[in-house]
Amino acid sequence: MSHKIYLPRDAAALSVGAEKVAATIAAELASRGIDAQIIRTGSRGLHWLEPMVEVKTAKGRVAYGPVTVKDVPGLFEAGFLEGDDHPLAQGLTKEIPFLKGQTRLTFARCGVTDPLSLEDYRKYEGLKGLEKAVAMTAEEIVTEVTDSGLRGRGGAGFPTGIKWNTVRQAQGTQKYIVCNADEGDSGTFADRMIMEGDPFVLIEGMAIAGLATGATRGYIYTRSEYPHAIATMRAAIGIARKAGVLGASVLGSTHAFDMEVRVGAGAYVCGEETSLLNSLEGKRGLVRAKPPLPALEGLFGRPTVVNNVLSLATVPVILDRGAGFYRDFGVGRSHGTMPIQLAGNIKYPGLYETPFGITLGELVNEIGGGTRSGRPVKAVQVGGPLGAYFPVDLFDTPFDYEAFAARDGLIGHAGVVVFDDTADMLEQARFAMEFCAIESCGKCTPCRIGSTRGVEVVDKLAKGDRPDEQIALLTSLCDTMKFGSLCALGGFTPYPVMSALTHFPEDFNRKPIAEAAE
Amino acid sequence: MALGLSDEELAERVGRIVGMHSDLEGPLLPILHAVEQEFGCVPEIAIREIADRLNLSRAEVHGVRTFYHDFRGEPAGRHTLKVCRAEACQSVGAADLADGIRAALGIDWHETTPDGKVTLEPVYCLGLCSCAPAVLLDDAPYGRLDLDAVRDLVAEAS
Repeated sequence: MSHKIYLPRDAAALSVGAEKVAATIAAELASRGIDAQIIRTGSRGLHWLEPMVEVKTAKGRVAYGPVTVKDVPGLFEAGFLEGDDHPLAQGLTKEIPFLKGQTRLTFARCGVTDPLSLEDYRKYEGLKGLEKAVAMTAEEIVTEVTDSGLRGRGGAGFPTGIKWNTVRQAQGTQKYIVCNADEGDSGTFADRMIMEGDPFVLIEGMAIAGLATGATRGYIYTRSEYPHAIATMRAAIGIARKAGVLGASVLGSTHAFDMEVRVGAGAYVCGEETSLLNSLEGKRGLVRAKPPLPALEGLFGRPTVVNNVLSLATVPVILDRGAGFYRDFGVGRSHGTMPIQLAGNIKYPGLYETPFGITLGELVNEIGGGTRSGRPVKAVQVGGPLGAYFPVDLFDTPFDYEAFAARDGLIGHAGVVVFDDTADMLEQARFAMEFCAIESCGKCTPCRIGSTRGVEVVDKLAKGDRPDEQIALLTSLCDTMKFGSLCALGGFTPYPVMSALTHFPEDFNRKPIAEAAE
Repeated sequence: MALGLSDEELAERVGRIVGMHSDLEGPLLPILHAVEQEFGCVPEIAIREIADRLNLSRAEVHGVRTFYHDFRGEPAGRHTLKVCRAEACQSVGAADLADGIRAALGIDWHETTPDGKVTLEPVYCLGLCSCAPAVLLDDAPYGRLDLDAVRDLVAEAS
């Protein structure tokens, strides 16, 4: 029997040497004359174990990791092809607690299948949602998505079905589905993992969105910082087109839908939907005022759905299993599951998909294992560079759109970045303002000027220069930015700044630095 | 003369690139990427040529070119090292790592080493936050780095 070895081609795995490990295993197989197939998959999301090698055994896949090039001969000696024991052995992959505790709906196939095998995709429940959708009316599809309770996974949390319905009812000869894959938030990588690990699910989700709204063209706008995701996505679109999943007749139906990948050029603000649309049109990525809503006047002024990767990639399972199935997961008004990304100074970083409702403390301490450095946790930033810093005393906050908002935070794209007690929260506040200044599109004054003034005020605080006045000024500035900015970049930069100031006041209380007399 | 090509040659090659993108909706960013790919930057002549062919003003094309961090006015070094400065990398020492890299290369952000080998660019997230700190050397990702590992990467690059 030919052995099967699975090894990720995900960028996170590649960043820690997966390619060299794959080459070494291939060379070892050749020199030992062993018949085996190396299948390159996406990542399972257990990133502290990357590069993680899996082998197929009678009991299921067995994992080994983190594997380095020098471990490879030893793995062969130990009989890893039969799933035998080795110091790097993790046992059956599906029994690894980090994976076993998850509810994988959006990420069901990621890390399991060959991302560019449509045959694999079908074998693991792929295209079932789209098959159902082609037999439904547009209104029925929209109703299903609305009833599932799915909300925008990019961060805003707007109900996906309601957005789709607006586009469905809008008049227009050409409508568009735009996938926002401009995943620029630090601590997030779920979009990248889907595009690299299960690209067909995104294609399927976009095709369903097309059927539901009458849109026949789709664009995936992603980042130039994601070369592997771009290549995989483009290859997958080509395969889907050839197989009749995309094109003039989607799965043999009377519906047409086709799509392409467009690449940004290093502007964070293009993750904001109106800025993204301008960028797609070939303009500077300036934010547009709303209204008009993109649903009515979006790309090239036409009705446009703009959805995050995770929202679209979740649609196929909703259509396949039904709205009720999905809706039953979660808490309050946050239905379904969220692919949470654990990152930064954390012992077990990776992708953890779970129903809404899990607390921040469970995520960081129990699932994430605390800090990588072994030092106490000081702060956790949730939701990227525009998300609030949470102190340990707020670890009982459940992962839920409303619960985070109630504590002056946001779940955003569900990135969780852990900092240990060496973090200086004044520096983090300064960085938030600096980042906003670097990435501001420049259209509105609170963001463009406010961010630079913010850096200056924090710098004065750092010198202990009249701290009470600076804090009052910073607070007022944050108010202006929050309520006066056109988009979330200027509007949400106050979250990290004010949360740092509120929860860690001691870091802002600096002794005056004696300046040399002039 | 720019990039060792006559203005006419450069304009002609840019014209060909624009032609290859004529069937796209909103073709400007794909065109700028293709020009950047071919010449390592978007030179002034290219802006003029693109503007002519797309019926845009030079100011508009210049405005787009300069809005995005990726489009360069001058070519970079033989390699581009993008070092992540964002929060997840900060939480595991990215600021010190970046200082170390700048000192080791003897250059600041956006600069190129005197031998023309490496251009150093800051980047705000590579999506490798679970394997931080991370860099992208040309198109290859590297994670869980320390200064010695980055030095080795740069040394190995030709």
